[in-house]
Amino acid sequence: MYKKGIYRIEANEPLTETVWRMRLAGDTQWITAAGQFVNIALEGKYLRRPISVCDCDEGTLTLIYKVVGEGTEQMSRLEAGAELDLLTGLGNGFSTNNNARRPLLVGGGVGVPPLYNLARRLLAEGKPVEVVLGFNTASEVFYEEEFRALGCHVTVATADGSRGVEGFVTTAIAAAGLNFDYFYACGPLPMLHALYNAVEQDGQLSFEERMGCGFGACMGCTCKTKYGNKRICREGPVLQKGEIIW
Amino acid sequence: MVENQTIRDGAALQADTSVELCGLRLDNPVVPASGTFGYGYEFKDFYDINILGSFSFKGTTREPRFGNPTPRIAECTAGMINSVGLQNPGIDAVIRHELPRLRHFFRKPVIANISGFSVEEYAYCCERIDKQEQVGIIEVNVSCPNVRHGGMSFGNSPETAAEVTRAVKAVTTKPVFVKLSPNVTDIVSIARACEEAGADGISLINTLLGMRIDIRRRRPVIANTMGGFSGPAVFPLALRMVYQVSKACRIPVMGCGGVQSARDVIEMMMAGATAVQVGAANLVNPYASKEIVEALPGEMRRLGIERLTDIIGIA
Repeated sequence: MYKKGIYRIEANEPLTETVWRMRLAGDTQWITAAGQFVNIALEGKYLRRPISVCDCDEGTLTLIYKVVGEGTEQMSRLEAGAELDLLTGLGNGFSTNNNARRPLLVGGGVGVPPLYNLARRLLAEGKPVEVVLGFNTASEVFYEEEFRALGCHVTVATADGSRGVEGFVTTAIAAAGLNFDYFYACGPLPMLHALYNAVEQDGQLSFEERMGCGFGACMGCTCKTKYGNKRICREGPVLQKGEIIW
Repeated sequence: MVENQTIRDGAALQADTSVELCGLRLDNPVVPASGTFGYGYEFKDFYDINILGSFSFKGTTREPRFGNPTPRIAECTAGMINSVGLQNPGIDAVIRHELPRLRHFFRKPVIANISGFSVEEYAYCCERIDKQEQVGIIEVNVSCPNVRHGGMSFGNSPETAAEVTRAVKAVTTKPVFVKLSPNVTDIVSIARACEEAGADGISLINTLLGMRIDIRRRRPVIANTMGGFSGPAVFPLALRMVYQVSKACRIPVMGCGGVQSARDVIEMMMAGATAVQVGAANLVNPYASKEIVEALPGEMRRLGIERLTDIIGIA
């Protein structure tokens, strides 16, 4: 179920040179799973901007976004007290309704945020959570300590080796010999594909696509799966490993 | 919808928003446009869609279609480009699954948007949809490429647009609206050719062919390079074409293009539209059509309009 509502910005601050965190106050009851997203109306921009939910509790939600274009640049200039028109509760999100006992969470760059709320949920279910975060370089790393503070075991990989393991998330998983029986992933397409090929365990992967509406009406973000066409915004963004067609 | 409102002198001024389209009475002229409203299902949780005049369902073809590769969407100033490529489950699945499901939350006659890649395909789909009592009007999208003739769209010439119209009219007794493309030299000659071929009405405009480039990647944003531009930026152009076509034809016109407010609906009707479609606005604000329906009586009162039918083509 998705709804439109007005949310007040409580904080909007940079985490790295290009990645920002925004905390919003408002009705969060429609957000029911980690990995769902909101679609934000911005002054002077025609289409809304879809941003995944990093975390939420009763009355507040946290978004982490990367400044990549005019829309997100505009978001970074918004100040506390400003109000935003959001569609919330969009997408399926990750499902923890499975038999996995030792989940691995794999995030790449701005794909890291939705895993934070997922980690909280999995820990609450009493599962030990293994986290691998991949970035290009040390200055782009964010939320390593936040995951650790939750109680996750965290491994960081950077492509240039300036922090943690040198290489990709797949390098880090192999090098650390991590013990897991299921994985959840969100990140750029090449990372998801490499992970899919490198890991034999089952899992769920969250995808990104340019969207029109964000709630299933325009058919702008459809992909093919083994079980038929799916809209990334509605039946996604999370797909089961077993249904993906690359 | 007839809304009673007591004004200050105690007299009741009725804002009559109802219109008639080829014998079909609509409570109001507001009709979500094809391709922006699916088969209604995505909107039923936002509001009761029975408040709409009707809606035009997703362009449907004989075979199921996946559509074009992604990205299919590009942001523009005051609008968007889409290149969905007529993704739809095919006419049989629409009749078997979508229409029965729609019946649970929409009681009014729906407008069936039919697309095709050959004259025979249009006729086949319209013959199938003709038997569906839930369908009040057939809207024939002639902006699709004619695969037998080098891919030029049926709506690009008066002859091919008329050919599709005749083929469709031969297999249905339901009113047929031909939805025209604005990407033509002379829209009036095409509208008249459709009228002479037996069309009961004209819908216009479809999207305008547009393009964006991702200047960092140095590549087109849309995977298919080009797509259909829509949104408030196209409103004046759509209004002009509605005006020209409604002046030149006797059959009713459904105006479409960039409509996002009750005032836009009224302006479109003053240009000659009998009903008005709302397209891209539904994608940006899922409540857009509802808000327009609700704002209409108030706007009418402010402008001294008692019956919407009084202003059709008044400009």
